[in-house]
Amino acid sequence: MKRTIPLLISAVTGFVLIATAFIPKFVDWGNDAMAWFNLLAAFAFILGGGNLLKMQLQKISAQQPGWGYSAVTLIAFFITLFVGLAKIGVHPNINFPEFAWSGDYLSEGSAFWWLFEYIFYPLSATMFALLAFYISSAAFRAFRAKNTEATILLVIAVIVLLGRTYAGVWLTGWLPNEPILGSSGITYSDFHLPHLSEIIMDDFTTPGMRAITIGIALGVASTSLKVLLGVDRSYLGSDQEA
Amino acid sequence: MLQFLQTLDRRWIFLLMFIAVAVPLIMGTTFPEKPSDQVLSVFDAVDNLPDGSNVVMAWDYDPASEGELQPMASAFTRHCALKKHNLYFMTLWPQGIPMIQRSIDLLESEYPETYKGKYGTKFVNLGFRAGNEGVIKLVVEDLKKSYSSDIRGTNLDNIPLTKNLKNIQQVDLLCNVSAGYPGSKEWVLYGSSPFDIPTVVGCTGVQAPIMLPYIPQQLTGMLAAIKGAAEYEQAIINHYPELNEIPAAKEGLKRMGPQLVAHVLLISLIALGNVIYFWERKQGTPQ
Repeated sequence: MKRTIPLLISAVTGFVLIATAFIPKFVDWGNDAMAWFNLLAAFAFILGGGNLLKMQLQKISAQQPGWGYSAVTLIAFFITLFVGLAKIGVHPNINFPEFAWSGDYLSEGSAFWWLFEYIFYPLSATMFALLAFYISSAAFRAFRAKNTEATILLVIAVIVLLGRTYAGVWLTGWLPNEPILGSSGITYSDFHLPHLSEIIMDDFTTPGMRAITIGIALGVASTSLKVLLGVDRSYLGSDQEA
Repeated sequence: MLQFLQTLDRRWIFLLMFIAVAVPLIMGTTFPEKPSDQVLSVFDAVDNLPDGSNVVMAWDYDPASEGELQPMASAFTRHCALKKHNLYFMTLWPQGIPMIQRSIDLLESEYPETYKGKYGTKFVNLGFRAGNEGVIKLVVEDLKKSYSSDIRGTNLDNIPLTKNLKNIQQVDLLCNVSAGYPGSKEWVLYGSSPFDIPTVVGCTGVQAPIMLPYIPQQLTGMLAAIKGAAEYEQAIINHYPELNEIPAAKEGLKRMGPQLVAHVLLISLIALGNVIYFWERKQGTPQ
């Protein structure tokens, strides 16, 4: 029963959603199914929060190494949760001066704004910005022309890196728009780095991505059918749990 | 020398990258940009709409990608404001709400005569809804099933802009700025493509190859990374020269300076790394 009901829900919902693409009468049913899905997705936040609490509290109670970080995580979690749920606005609200903190909770100066601008924003941006430093170090140590494939990759990387900036114009902008002697229609300016970069993106990357995308789509379609028909039940967990 | 470089502490590379980014940024070095055909198709998609058209602005990014995406989000907002379009902001990312607020602040501060105090009649903030592509599937069929109220809790039936809007198939353009999942690809797969909604996107450099196959059939145009933003800003400035006086309208152009120096540094480091590699091979040093 524990497995049959979820299987039925998945199959019915899935087939209804497929039918919406072909039968207009099913569109409203499909919309209802999507609305339920969105509600469930919102509940996932509660599950996520509960899981975070459980894991961090376990670490703190067992005094595991780094339990102090768990304490900081929980304090930050509760403060943010309170500020978000209470929707503490800016003070004072021009329209309602008699009610404290009743202004717009997203406006400059609100508690949420302070948390976002001075804690979340700099931490998040800093973490991502560090990527530039690690990429440069990795490029120096690992990007080697060890074989033919690596050499081709390296040459293409250099063309795209230069072609996507003004350096490409500087370096090759002087190439004349005249045909190369003995060639059929090829001009010197065809070797303009930004132009080469565009050729790589349009004539190599795009067809490659198209092939990958079509392959993925076929894989998704076959996996989805297996799930809907109950052939693939791995998403329900192991048999022992059932 | 090569022996020294062989054992080079990575902190020297970090320092070089820091200088490569900081110096052009402080000096405000900019370079001329020529808008590509792809960027011009994005520009035309916004510019060719009649004044006061309805545009959905789906901002699906967070502060981590703001450095790359905020210039194009601001450029889209500015361009739409110049055309006096009606704007519907929404996000599929919980962290996207403050990003939307930045665009609203821009509208109210730079274009007060059109947008200041015009919430609900010239722009509306629908905020965040959980459900990723599920939200997209609903808003393209039945907006109010997903968004019954805006970010302030006002019922959409009481907002002039959304009162008669059944779904976003009725809008004139869908404009998405995205940093990943859910984002541009999901909007194309579940929104624009099945219902032929004209769509333009701005995305990170990493996403660009994933989005390229959808141009031009399912996607009118795309701004890829900070280069796309800079070219788009240039295209807007070319048509609206008054923006030349607004420094904030050239954020993408300003960021191309650090990008150029950082790219040149990266190429130099790769070249140097390979010199060391071939020197080691010649010396017979084990790799």
